[in-house]
Order: sequence, then C-alpha cells, then structure tokens
Amino acid sequence: MMLTDFPLFPEQASTVAKQTDALFIMLTIVCGAVSVLIFTMIFVLAIMYRRRPDNELAQEEEAPKILEATWIVVPFIFFMATFVWGSWLYFRLARVPDNALDIYATGKQWMWKFQHPTGQREIDELHVPVNRPIRITMASEDVIHSLFFPSFRVKADVLPSRYRIMWFQATKVGRFHIFCTEYCGTLHSGMIGWVDVMQPTDYQKWLAGGSEGSLASQGQALFQKYACNTCHTEDATGRGPVLLGLYGSTVTLANNATVVADENYIRESILSPQAKIVKGFGPIMPTFQGQVNEDDLLKLLAYVRSLAGPRTTTPPKEPKS
Amino acid sequence: MTSVTYHDVQFLEPAKTRNYLNVDYGALSWLLTKDHKRIGILYMVSISVMFILGGFFALMMRLELLTPEGDLLTSDTYNKFFTLHGIIMIFFFLIPSIPAVLGNFILPIQLGAKDLAFPRINLLSWYLYMIGAFTGLLVVIIGGVDTGWTFYTPFSTQYSNTHVIGTTFGAFIVGFSSILTGLNFIVTIHRMRAPGLTWYRLPLFVWAMYATSLVQLLATPILAITLVMLMIERFIHVGIFDPALGGDPLLFQHMFWFYSHPAVYIMILPAMGVASEVVAAFTRKKIFGYTFVAYSSLAIAFLGFLVWAHHMFVAGISVYSAMIFSFLSYFVAVPSAIKVFNWTATLYKGSVSWQTPMLYILGFIGLFTMGGVTGLFLAALGLDVHVTDTYFVVAHFHYIMVGGAVMGYFAGLHYWWPKITGRMYPEWWARLGALLVFVGFNLTFFPQFILGYLGMPRRYHAYAPEFQVLNVMSTAGASILAVGYMLPLVYLLWSLRFGRKAGTNPWGAVGLEWTTSSPPPKDNFHETPVVTWEAYDYPAMLKAMGETQNV
Repeated sequence: MMLTDFPLFPEQASTVAKQTDALFIMLTIVCGAVSVLIFTMIFVLAIMYRRRPDNELAQEEEAPKILEATWIVVPFIFFMATFVWGSWLYFRLARVPDNALDIYATGKQWMWKFQHPTGQREIDELHVPVNRPIRITMASEDVIHSLFFPSFRVKADVLPSRYRIMWFQATKVGRFHIFCTEYCGTLHSGMIGWVDVMQPTDYQKWLAGGSEGSLASQGQALFQKYACNTCHTEDATGRGPVLLGLYGSTVTLANNATVVADENYIRESILSPQAKIVKGFGPIMPTFQGQVNEDDLLKLLAYVRSLAGPRTTTPPKEPKS
Repeated sequence: MTSVTYHDVQFLEPAKTRNYLNVDYGALSWLLTKDHKRIGILYMVSISVMFILGGFFALMMRLELLTPEGDLLTSDTYNKFFTLHGIIMIFFFLIPSIPAVLGNFILPIQLGAKDLAFPRINLLSWYLYMIGAFTGLLVVIIGGVDTGWTFYTPFSTQYSNTHVIGTTFGAFIVGFSSILTGLNFIVTIHRMRAPGLTWYRLPLFVWAMYATSLVQLLATPILAITLVMLMIERFIHVGIFDPALGGDPLLFQHMFWFYSHPAVYIMILPAMGVASEVVAAFTRKKIFGYTFVAYSSLAIAFLGFLVWAHHMFVAGISVYSAMIFSFLSYFVAVPSAIKVFNWTATLYKGSVSWQTPMLYILGFIGLFTMGGVTGLFLAALGLDVHVTDTYFVVAHFHYIMVGGAVMGYFAGLHYWWPKITGRMYPEWWARLGALLVFVGFNLTFFPQFILGYLGMPRRYHAYAPEFQVLNVMSTAGASILAVGYMLPLVYLLWSLRFGRKAGTNPWGAVGLEWTTSSPPPKDNFHETPVVTWEAYDYPAMLKAMGETQNV
C-alpha cells in the first residue's frame, strides 16, 4: 500500500480554480470560526452553569434580548454576500470566452469519448493545450453522466436529451483526473480518465498524429450520406432552409416566434424536425431519431457550426430546461 | 417564586393502577391496539430492525472503501448496498423515527389528550409502514436494487436490471403511512389540547411536530405521483422522463426533489423539537426566544418547499433559475441559525445537567451547526459546481441526518425512556455510548469533507489511490460509531428488566408527560389536566404541583 501520497487540498490547474478556492477558503474561515464559537459557548456555559446541587433551579435572568436581532441580521448579511459571490462565479463559469477551442464529448456507459475539431478521437483521455479556453459540447448516449475535472473545479451533467456546454482554461501542464460524478450504473467508478494538458506546440504535434479528416469534414460526409444536401442546398432553391451562416443566428419560425439557432436548436431540428418549422418552409423533413448516434450528431453539429464561418459573437447561453 | 426549590415539591405518585403495558396481554392486544403508546412501541421495534439493516449496508461499504481497489464487493453489489442503505435509512428509519415513535408516544400526552384524534388510522399507518417495509425486505432478498435512493431517470426506468418497481412500490406505500401520521398529528394538535393549553403554551416539540406534519401531508403525495410515473414508464414504456421515448429526464429530478428536499425537514425538524425539550429540561429554564424557535419551525417548513432545485445546479437548469434557488436556499439558513443560537443562549444562567439526553443534544447542536454551515458552501452557486456530487455532499448531509436527526432521536429516546418503560437506563453506560457516537461520527464524516473538496465523487466503488488515507480514517470512525450504536441496544434492553424504577418525573422536568405515572396508564391521565402555566415555566409549574400536593 502506498500511503505516502496524501494531499489535503486539490491542485489548482485552471483559471477558475483560484477563484473557487478563494470563496471556499473565505467560507471555511468564517464558518469555522462560527462553529468554534458555538462549540466554545456550549462548553463554557454548560460547565459554568452546571447543576449543583441536584435540586438547583435555573436563575431567572435571561441572556439580553438584543441578541435575537443580532443573530438574525448579521448572518443574513453574510448569507447575502456569499450568495452574490457564488453567483458571480457561476456566471463566470457559464460565459464561454470567445476564442475557445471546440471539443466534442460523448458519455456512454462507461466511457468518455472526445473528438477534436481536426478529427482526432480518443477515449477516457483528453489532450488539450495549456492557457487556451476549451469549450466542450457534450451529450450522453444513454443515462445521465457528469463530466468533472477536479483540478479545474468544473463539472456539468451530460444529458441524453440535449447538449450541455462547459469550459475551462488550464493553467498548468500535466495530467489531471477526469471523473464521472453522476451515478450511471455498474462501472460508474470506472468511468474515469485523464486530461493531458500540453504546451501548444506539443498539442500541435499530437494533432499531427493523423485523423480521418476534420470533424466538420466528417460531418459533411454524413451530410451527404443522409442526403441532407438534397434539400438543404447552398442557395435558396432547396426545399429546406439554407444552413450557411445559420449557427448563432436568429431564426423566425412559422408561428412568427424567434429562436437562436444554438446547439440544441440544431440537435432538435435533426431529431424532431416538426418541433420548430422555419417560416416559409413546409413540415416535410423526416425525423432522424434513432438513426444518427451521438457521435455522428456531434459531427453534423461541427459541420453546421463550420458553415457559420469564424465565430464572432459570444456563443449562445445555456438553454432553459 | 424563586423560593420554590425542586425539593419543596414531592411529586405525587399517582395511585398504583394498571398501565398501558400490563393492561392487556397477548400478541393480538398489540397487533390490534389503538393505543398511541403501543403503536409507538410497534414502530420503535420495526424501525430498530431497519436501522440495524441499513447500518449493516453502511459498514460493508466502509469496509470496501478501506482500499482503493474494488476488492471486497463486486461493483454491482456495492451499488446495491449504497442504494439500499439510502432507501432504508431515509424511508424506513429517519422519516418515521421521531414522529412515529416518540411523536406517537409523547405528543398526545404533552397535549393532555387520551390518544391521537384517529386511533384506527394511526394503527393503519403502522400496517402501511409494515407492508412497505416487507416489500423492501423482499426486494433485498430477491436481489436488491441499484438505482441509488434518488432513482434518477432514465437509468431507473430503462437501464437498470434490478428490482426498481418493487422498491418504488415499497416507498410508495410507506409514503401513505407518513401522510396519515401527519394528518393525525395536525388534527390532534388543533382539536385535542387540554383546557388552558393555548398555542403559545405548547411545548416546542409540539410546534416542531406540527411543522413536520404539514410537510408530510403536503409533500409526500408528490413523491407518490413521481414514483407512479416512474413505474408507468418502466413498466409500459410511456415516455415521461426518458428522452428516447420523448420524455424529459430533468422533469424527474424536479419532481423528486420537490418531495425529497422538504423530506430533509421531515427528518430534522422533529430532532429540533427534541432539542428544545431536552435543553429546557436539562437547564430547568424556559427556552430563550420561545416564539422565535416556534415560528422558525414553521418558517423552515414553508421555505423548505421553495429550494428544491438547489440539488440541480449542474444538472442543466438555466443560470437565472439557479440564482433564484440559491437565493432562497440562504433564506432557509436563517431560521436554522435562530434555533442554534437560541438553544445556546438558553444555557446562560441555567441549571445545566450533563445527563445522557443533554450530552446527545449538545452534540446535536454542534454537529447540526457544522452540517448547516457546510450547506452554505453548497448553496453558493459557483462553489457548488465543484463540490456537488462529491463526498463533500455526503459529509454535509450525514452531519444533518446522522449528527442531527439520529442524535436527536437518541436524545429523545433516552429522555423519554423512563416514561415509556418505567425504568431508568444505566447512566454511565449511556454517557459512554453518547461519547462514542460523537467521536466515531466525526472521525467518519469529517475526513469526507476533505475528500470531497479533493474531488472524490460519491457512489464510487473504487477510487484513486491518493484518497486512501482519508478513507481509512473514515472507516475507522465508522467502526467506533457502530460500537456507539450497539451499546444502547444492549443496555436499553437490559434496563427493561434490571433498570431502576423511574418514578413519575425522574428529570425534575416540566410538561404534562411528567405529571402522569411511568409508564402511563392506558388513557394517559386519570383526570384531564388543566394547564395554568407557560411552557417551561419552572417556578409556576412547581408551585402548581406543590398546591396539588397540599390539597
């Protein structure tokens, strides 16, 4: 048994880690002090006023009434401050930086599959460059999983129903844990892996290790395989909407409502095309539910994203449930 | 009337008559009883069996986690053990513990009533509990269930190959037992208080049970509906939660936590009620800020309904709804803090006795505080992203559920044991047990906070080697905790035969339950008591008792 490796605090390996830890340390100090205070008060008071003799009654005098107001108001102010700090951090975690590198992830019982924009695929292992924001778009093929990078202080549940997005920016080169943190069946505790944070040059070398073409180009091949291109043509002559520049744009629907064409809109339009019909088009597209697996869906998504050209606007927000 | 001391009053020993234990004999006199006290005993025996079973699963898990490799149990067995541990401890032990055992026994006596409002429904709720419990035991025998006590979809509806329907059916049935108990208590508290026992003269245990009952009555039906929907989806594949069938998996989580978060308060509010009783009795003092403590129970019950999605901050809810749930979660912390500070302040210039119930409650206050403040960490959105679904959460809720609710149950059990059985438990053994529980508990669960922040996920059968030292500490603590829990089992049974006779009021406490004999007669009181004193008003109560004696 190796018992020498005995950390008490996790490594800080992302831009967010320091900020999460700051909030954690503040809470630990304040709450620790309050707990110690209460323990001490209990001990001191219980000893100071211990019963002797056995028939002794309490003294009539009570603690000052002003205390009641004090311990309602003071903790409340502290709670609100904690709320604001926690929310600020959460917003930061929700807002993906503009220049993020896109990684696509699929969770399935019991492995993590990662795809790089250049087409490389890996299982339970993720190579990323240091000091660059990484945006992960992910879905599950079966049950709910949760992708957790403890050294980066980020996690997000991975759903079978739609895409989730998380991001981090690693600040240290090294190997760090990946854990699944949503119970997913027999080998839940085996659904683990490593993230390899590399120098950008090493990452480029690693990428050069060969692939079946970029993810978008693989998506384009699928686009033709499923004959999507017969209706979604490059000009306005097709029976379906043009997909050039679609991603991230605002779409007007047949009922005059508008939606932002984000990941989940595109996913839904492939799997349940009747759910949102674009204004000016007929409800003629068949569903691809059950025909396209999550990996291929992500490739199609990568292709549709690539048609939007270089990302200029901030990416869409996390959708409502 | 400070001149009245405890010794001035010779508590009247009521005439020796038959008590509820020896008024009838035979199995049927128990199985068909309508006496709330006997039903309380039936519950006590049943939940003790479940506690031992749930504790066995916990110990096996801790033994498995001694080493990083999954070597003692298979993954499937481990997954079944943590599932069964959770289901048994929550649905079959903690939820019925204080309400159905101590509440059943003590609440009507504290009100000066002969029984609960609906004695037959009370018996029915025990039978429902037993049907649910036997269903659960049957599931254990035929192969168990591996969904986690949370039953998250679509795992539970489509992917698990274990006995999900049997288990959810058991939980569904036992829910009705809980609803009926809540209903019974609410009606009893409204309708059956003794003359003079106004709302503001009620013991704080009654206030806490009232708040608990409201939650039981209003939240449990949601669980029933959710479980029925789960069974329908699993059994006939109607798409409700499974996206492959057109359902929404997050809908399940919303519905599940809409019950299961308030259920936390079903478990902790009664323990808070016991804490108030015990602090008052063992300081011989009125609880500081009685009305604040009383209303904080109701505030917790109400606010507890508004915070369910704080279990879902990384599950995929919108950023803004997460903010609202975080905000509201901090509101629940206020009434909990009020209670902790008020109990502590009651010690000031009290007559503090270090007897076993008080030891448990002093431990309870400290551990509940730690469980509460770590809840502040989890309610902080950005920090929750890191710690949710790790051992930090496991440690947090065990501080509330075990450090809080179970310690409260043991405190209440020792406090009212002389009333229930007519016998005293052996004080020094009991103090030793309380100490072992406190030490063992902290050694078990404190390291888990650190493990959680390091990133060890919960529900892991095998783990990374650098987590081992803390896990070994935790397992060592669990062994001490197990001894601490075995002790009462032994000495309480021993005391039934060999314990010193308790007398009417062994603690010199006030409250109607301490004015009737131990054990109480079948109808609780020989004549309906009249209440002329405020709750915990020692001088007035002693004076009243003294006058009674002089008559």
